[in-house]
Amino acid sequence: MASVKLEKVNKTFGRDHIIKDVDLSIGDGEFVVFVGPSGCGKSTLLRLIAGLESITDGDLIIGETLVNDLPPRERGVGMVFQSYALYPHMTVYDNMAFGLKLAKTAKETVHERVMSTAKILQLEELLHRKPKALSGGQRQRVAMGRAMAREPRILLFDEPLSNLDASLRVQMRNEIARLHNRLGSTMIYVTHDQVEAMTLADKIVVLNRGNVEQVGNPHELYQRPATKFVAGFIGSPTMNFMPAELISGGADGCRVKAAGLSEVPLPQAAHDYPKGTSLTLGVRPEHLRLEAPTADNCFDIVNVEYLGNEVYVYLDPKEGDTLLIHRSEAPSQWKEGQQVSLVPNTEHVHLFDESGTALKLAQTRSAA
Amino acid sequence: MNTRQLAKVAKRIGFWALIALIMVYAVFPFYYAVVTSLKPSSDLFRVELWPSSWNLDNYAHIFSQTSFLRAIFNSIVVAFSVVFIALLFGLTASYALGRVRFRGRSTVLLVILGVSMFPQVAVLSGLFEVIRSLNLYNNPAGLILSYTIFTLPFTVWVLTTFMKQLPMELEEAAIMDGATPWVTLTKVFLPLMWPAMATTGLLAFIAAWNEFLFALTFTLTDAQRTVPVAIALLSGGSAYELPWGPIMAASVVVTVPLVVLVIIFQRRIVSGLTAGAVKG
Ligand SMILES: Nc1ncnc2c1ncn2[C@@H]1O[C@H](COP(=O)(O)OP(=O)(O)OP(=O)(O)O)[C@@H](O)[C@H]1O
Ligand SMILES: [Mg+2]
Repeated sequence: MASVKLEKVNKTFGRDHIIKDVDLSIGDGEFVVFVGPSGCGKSTLLRLIAGLESITDGDLIIGETLVNDLPPRERGVGMVFQSYALYPHMTVYDNMAFGLKLAKTAKETVHERVMSTAKILQLEELLHRKPKALSGGQRQRVAMGRAMAREPRILLFDEPLSNLDASLRVQMRNEIARLHNRLGSTMIYVTHDQVEAMTLADKIVVLNRGNVEQVGNPHELYQRPATKFVAGFIGSPTMNFMPAELISGGADGCRVKAAGLSEVPLPQAAHDYPKGTSLTLGVRPEHLRLEAPTADNCFDIVNVEYLGNEVYVYLDPKEGDTLLIHRSEAPSQWKEGQQVSLVPNTEHVHLFDESGTALKLAQTRSAA
Repeated sequence: MNTRQLAKVAKRIGFWALIALIMVYAVFPFYYAVVTSLKPSSDLFRVELWPSSWNLDNYAHIFSQTSFLRAIFNSIVVAFSVVFIALLFGLTASYALGRVRFRGRSTVLLVILGVSMFPQVAVLSGLFEVIRSLNLYNNPAGLILSYTIFTLPFTVWVLTTFMKQLPMELEEAAIMDGATPWVTLTKVFLPLMWPAMATTGLLAFIAAWNEFLFALTFTLTDAQRTVPVAIALLSGGSAYELPWGPIMAASVVVTVPLVVLVIIFQRRIVSGLTAGAVKG
């Protein structure tokens, strides 16, 4: 168990600058999840921590030591790979014992560690089998066992569940969460599945093109995204965005007019922005209310999706071509072709300026 | 319905007829060698598919010659050494060429492939000079050296291709487990490369076992010869007689080990060809 600290870490492959000035501090025992769109550098960042890639510039500190130039085995990290990468010719037992044997651990200790790891992961009955005789979930557990057997200070996971089918993924997700509770070790987990991120993480790191977009706990990220990118990335279905114009703004709130909506008072402080600034208004599908249409607030319902427990209503936007989404508990009275007015819940509306940065809540309100 | 069944039967028959044809084509020369080797010398030139009388005189004759036994011993030493050296260097080279990223990697691979294109005769005189200057003339070590030169490119090429197909994450898992490149190669890759090694090793063995031109050029005395040369130089009762019986017997004797080896490794080779196809 150990903390991890990244200071201005950079990585370039030839001419491509993939990881840009990443600062991050991960506490002892924390479960941190890296999320981001494909190709944003999640795996690369994880591999930098593991020691599988060299750091181009910056410092990586594990515990108290600068580990930039240490090989993986001396960093005290274990890694679970996406394809599991079990040694096909070795039994489950040997797979788990391999690293320990290479570290010249005493025979009894090797046996003890493998057995106790196998017990935690319920692999005792499978120890004599070869990987090809295991199911996907079992292989996954062996891969974790192999990483855990050497008792690393930090466990790294690169999309460990992406090869499993949906139901098994839910089950393994739970097992990983329980494992973290039991072991209490520091874990860093890469995924592009935001449900995994939200459910597992103590702390989510959202990456975008090699930059850290926002770091925070799942609640913060969902309720108060710092940028438009994070707002759009976290949450499913995604947040609705509408172009808007600042009507008036002060330190304790502002008024905004969005395309097709009536003017709304919002709790964001907007005194840094001149009147008439174009902004983006963001509101999650569940923070909208549908009401009878009015003259200046009237949207067409283009589709209604019934999902059993909830209903998605898709509305034709006034500007742009991404449909607006409204989400509510089933049953719903709305039908395709009807016209409605949209009423956002002002408590939960987000405003973003042109650079994508979220406007902060006014002091008085955020303190309350 | 009936015609369809008929067509089916006809197809069957055609299929087996074709197989029979291929079998005859492939096996007949060897079969005829066996038959000839079993005939007494008086019957030698009577053409018949099944010998009317047969004995083991020819075999007794060749095994009574110490030079032939010596040649077999030399061949065994040379062939096994070539296989061992080719696999050792092939494996380590394929790790470097298949796994380590460095500038000019594909150039090296192409050069290796290019080298194996040269016909033996083209390098014969040059190689002769090399062997003489290394003091390896009339010495099996000279043969080992020259065979390795011709076997290694192929071995490296095949093993590199195979090595490239092994998943990258496997090597990274080994690195995370604290394995050095040598440990990764021997403990992780080697066990997975057996099929490829069996195939290339076998081909190297056959090449070294059957090679004639170098063996003839680079050796002088009976004591240093390998089997193909020894067979060719078997002499008959007079200068005008070719001892076909003993030659055939000797050929059969040296071919049998190859057949046995192929049969032993056949399973391995086939399993090797399919193993990589399935993930896991
Ligand atoms: N060895 C490499 N050489 C050159 N470029 C690389 C290398 N490894 C990764 N990259 C590049 O770095 C970028 C980030 O890759 P990375 O694998 O970290 O993405 P990721 O966030 O894990 O994506 P995914 O969700 O698809 O796994 C990509 O543009 C990729 O092309
Ligand atoms: Mg990745």
